[in-house]
Amino acid sequence: MSKVLMKGNEAFAEAAILGGCNCYFGYPITPQNEIPEYMSHELPKAGGAFIQAESELAAVNMAYGAAASGGRAFISTSSPGLALMQEGLGFICSAEVPLVVLNVSRGGPGVGGIQPGQADYLQVTRGGYNGDAKIPVFAPAGIQECVDLIYEAFDIADEYRNPVMIFADGMMGQMMESVELPPRKPMPTAADIKAKKPWAITGKGHHEGRNVVYSLRLDPDVLEKHVETMFAKYAVAEEKLVRYKTQGLEDAEIVFVAFGTMSRLCAEAIDLLAEQGIKAGMIRPISLWPYPDKAFDEIGDKAKIVISTELSMGQMLTDVKAAVKGRWPVGLIHRTGGVVPSSLEIVDRAKKLLEGVQ
Amino acid sequence: MKTIFEPTPGMTKVDTTYCPGCTHGIAHRLIMECLVERGELDDAIGVVPIGCSINAHHFMNVDMCESTHGRAPAIASGIRRVHPDKVVFTYQGDGDLASIGAGEIVHAAHRGEKFTTFFINNAIYGMTGGQMAPTTLIGQRATTCVDGRTVESAGMPLRICEMLATIPCAVFVERVMLNDPANVRKAKKAVNTALEIQKAGLGFTFVEFLSACPTNWGYAPKEALHWMETAMADYYPIGNFRKPEGY
Repeated sequence: MSKVLMKGNEAFAEAAILGGCNCYFGYPITPQNEIPEYMSHELPKAGGAFIQAESELAAVNMAYGAAASGGRAFISTSSPGLALMQEGLGFICSAEVPLVVLNVSRGGPGVGGIQPGQADYLQVTRGGYNGDAKIPVFAPAGIQECVDLIYEAFDIADEYRNPVMIFADGMMGQMMESVELPPRKPMPTAADIKAKKPWAITGKGHHEGRNVVYSLRLDPDVLEKHVETMFAKYAVAEEKLVRYKTQGLEDAEIVFVAFGTMSRLCAEAIDLLAEQGIKAGMIRPISLWPYPDKAFDEIGDKAKIVISTELSMGQMLTDVKAAVKGRWPVGLIHRTGGVVPSSLEIVDRAKKLLEGVQ
Repeated sequence: MKTIFEPTPGMTKVDTTYCPGCTHGIAHRLIMECLVERGELDDAIGVVPIGCSINAHHFMNVDMCESTHGRAPAIASGIRRVHPDKVVFTYQGDGDLASIGAGEIVHAAHRGEKFTTFFINNAIYGMTGGQMAPTTLIGQRATTCVDGRTVESAGMPLRICEMLATIPCAVFVERVMLNDPANVRKAKKAVNTALEIQKAGLGFTFVEFLSACPTNWGYAPKEALHWMETAMADYYPIGNFRKPEGY
């Protein structure tokens, strides 16, 4: 299939339609506005349904209703909007309903700013919802990867009966790249829902027995057992959903750990450092939960420092340190608030951190 | 022997958990009887709220889901998009609908969502133990206004039917009262009309039930009915506020 040049947000919306999404619920928030705009005209054409919700609170709950009744539901937002959706996401985990969520993140805290940020790392990996729940989170480093992840996320969500999050920073939503679009999957029919989602609320005359999708369990023993069942699924996810890429770890003195936009800048910094005779490599986590701890076992003997490189005050540092397990010193290179450093800045700061440990 | 009355197949055989004198059970039965009589029980999808009636899915013999607090109209909007041919309804109390969910109900009505909301107004928070609701009457005692609600501290009680009737796409808005057999029969007629208009796809349909909460009002069931007929019905007049031509 040939490649097309697309703006990130529009490509993400198209990827959802091609993935068989039949309902999208959106609320305007920068920098993801092209997604609800695109969905408003393209999803109905493809046979799906679009609602411009009155708030992110409503959007996530519309998606819950659609997905609980068998729909392939998709929502997108940006950082403060995701904060509003958190209650719904925890509820949806508890009710075991599949959903794909895209966060095109920006700077914070509060309304923050509208330039790209990764300061939602803790919000997406730890959640803002109450209780024991997990949401698999994937962080793409480009439009093609994001398209592929969104396309696949619907199947992962269905398999685990749990929300799946795509964490693309605002840079990816706003830039353009050439992308190869995957083939269109059909939207679910009533027969598909009956066969693949026998738990869905479609009217009790349309499946065996009577279906109820619920979260409330007043008996502590029953609730504990339910949470343990959820965590049995999460244990499988921790085995099967770990994804990452590595670059030059065998002989790297400096090992960058970076995802999303920062990983692209680190790739440039690695080339610049090589010109100066310094070997650097990178671990690029794609799954942020489950975190790719095992990637750190591939770091070679020459490594002198592992540097978490982030568009936040260092929210991933805890995970990096846990994966490093004290084997190497850990440093941090970061900018926040929507400031994106140049690769030259990363090179300078990396060299200083390297000097500090030599 | 001739059967002159039997439980509706619209209700499960599970005993309800509601207090003596509570009228949730009557509202449940009316809705379910209408769905049975209309032949729509197997096609119905309901959303229950946070509050006493979160338990309704144990009693109503239809597919249902629970809701986050106040968001049932958003959830029903999502269900409707996947199932434009089914019967969709929300069942919500006044804490849920008139307070935390005031935004969702207004916007569902505003979009003319083709589902029906059954609104139980008992002028108090039931499940959490009798706190003041937006619908609590002036002078009525609640655990967060022990000397009675005042206009100065909490404003006037919110009249939901009157508010929704100002929204063009809310095509059927009616308030009924579950106090005596005649009004219960009128309530059933309103439920049936709302479901009929939903089926015709004309817009958003809404039935408010004035209901009793003897436990949290601090009245015996009979006194509670009297208070509902007098104090409540005085501020919340029963009747139709909006209906399409021909209904």
